[in-house]
Amino acid sequence: MTRTPDMPVHIRRDRFEPAPELGRLRTEQPVSRVRLVTGAPAWLVTRYEDVREVLGDSGRFGNSEDGRPAGAPPLRVPDAEAEVPRLWSPGNLLAYDPPDHTRLRRLVTGEFTVKRMRRLRPRIEAIVTEHLDAMERSGPPVDLVQSFALPIPSLVICELLGVPYTDRADFQHRSNIRLDLSLGLDRRVAAMREAQEYMAGLVAAQRKRPGEDMLGMLVREHGDEISDEELTGLADLLLIAGHETTSNMLGLGTLFLLRNPGHLAWARQDEHIDAVVEELLRHLSIVHTVIPRVVRADTVISGQPLKAGDLVVCSLPAANRDPALTADPDRFDPGRKVSHLAFGHGIHHCLGAPLARMEMRIAYPALLRRFPALRPAVPFEEIRFRMYSVVHGLESLPVTW
Amino acid sequence: MRVHVDRDRCIGSGNCVMTDEEVFDQDDEGKVVLLENEPGAGHDEAVRTAVASCPVQAISAARPAR
Ligand code: HEM
Ligand code: HEM
Ligand code: SF4
Repeated sequence: MTRTPDMPVHIRRDRFEPAPELGRLRTEQPVSRVRLVTGAPAWLVTRYEDVREVLGDSGRFGNSEDGRPAGAPPLRVPDAEAEVPRLWSPGNLLAYDPPDHTRLRRLVTGEFTVKRMRRLRPRIEAIVTEHLDAMERSGPPVDLVQSFALPIPSLVICELLGVPYTDRADFQHRSNIRLDLSLGLDRRVAAMREAQEYMAGLVAAQRKRPGEDMLGMLVREHGDEISDEELTGLADLLLIAGHETTSNMLGLGTLFLLRNPGHLAWARQDEHIDAVVEELLRHLSIVHTVIPRVVRADTVISGQPLKAGDLVVCSLPAANRDPALTADPDRFDPGRKVSHLAFGHGIHHCLGAPLARMEMRIAYPALLRRFPALRPAVPFEEIRFRMYSVVHGLESLPVTW
Repeated sequence: MRVHVDRDRCIGSGNCVMTDEEVFDQDDEGKVVLLENEPGAGHDEAVRTAVASCPVQAISAARPAR
């Protein structure tokens, strides 16, 4: 395995905390020079107001460059003759600017409204209960990541989309490779291609016989507004985003609460859970940075001139812990009422936020009520955090009760 | 407060609906729908939160001039 221990500052963490240098940069050099994992130089933006400014202005800071996501290298895969022009498939909302972004996103926003999510609630509750029952049957110790944090969001997004859950071992393995920044690009691209072939097969089947799920709905109601390629990329993005993110919040968030018994009591109570979830989102900010943006025309952020064509990444943990946003920002305090940026900002603001919130609001209290004596089964020092992933989280969390 | 929403800007994040369901709703395409354009003073704080947490600044609010 090719482990690269020297991740750039915007990805490095010390367990629950962002790298201390990040805080220093925010004070001393709010817009600084970094290298992306691909090696490309970029500006790192760390202040709350600056991050809102960049993400809030898709005209000045775009997501796509020559038809590719900004910052994505024009790839050469060793065994391929021709250059692979795209790292991401068409249909990936994160790689689009208006008006195409607007057109594509509109097709799916109706599926993620607060009302739609509420209709899903009983099904999510049932899925949570099934997994808690299974944990109880197998008895301690169990790995909370494999038996709870990962399967719940995974099953939910599979059912919602219309992806057979029985295929999960394969696509979970592929998505781990794709998001692992320590692996060579050739391996990651190979995994991406396999994933696209898999999804293209599902899309073709839905075109023939549209199901009752989201893919079926897209084919039935918007079939002529979206190409097969776009549909494949969109579904692929939803599948990855739907379980790589919430699952990390469930694992990391549970460990955080177990280490802070004072907050545990709050998390068990339905009347406080919304506030606890929002503060966990802010405090943990599991998405290190938004994907790179490209500067469209020369501009200035916090006094730093940026040139057209430069790349910009925004650190979400740095922005969410900016003292200009809230007092004593490194402390966990569910009593805060702040507009955090854990789901991003601007037109690419997380599409799945209402779903992710609903999953977390159901899952944490259900877990903590079912197992009141839940605790890590190994010393804290032995718990493995994900150090090389686009999204922060835990490799595994052995628990007992 | 008098509330105004810009449905063309709205990207359907649902943040406002989660903040105050008596004032904000979403249509079938996820676009914001205003249920109350002059909600009572009891909604002031929630409306201010909604203005701040809308990712695309599609909500504005001001005291009606009277
Ligand atoms: C279909 C879904 C996705 C695929 C295939 C994908 C794939 C990739 C790839 C191949 C890179 C490579 C660039 C590099 O090596 O630096 C990358 C970077 C990145 N992705 Fe994704 N991603 C997906 C979804 C997401 C989502 C949902 C998020 C955020 C919530 C995200 C956040 C990021 C970030 C922040 C980077 C930049 C890392 C850096 O600093 O270099 N990705 N992604
Ligand atoms: C707690 C869990 C989650 C977190 C912290 C999170 C975070 C984010 C962030 C920060 C972005 C913006 C990236 C950027 O601007 O570059 C984003 C975008 C996105 N997220 Fe999430 N996400 C979560 C869960 C989900 C879920 C469950 C889904 C899908 C079912 C989802 C689907 C998406 C999609 C499709 C986008 C791209 C939207 C666009 O480009 O218009 N996310 N997410
Ligand atoms: S918060 Fe803004 S973008 Fe989200 S639904 Fe409300 S108006 Fe639309």
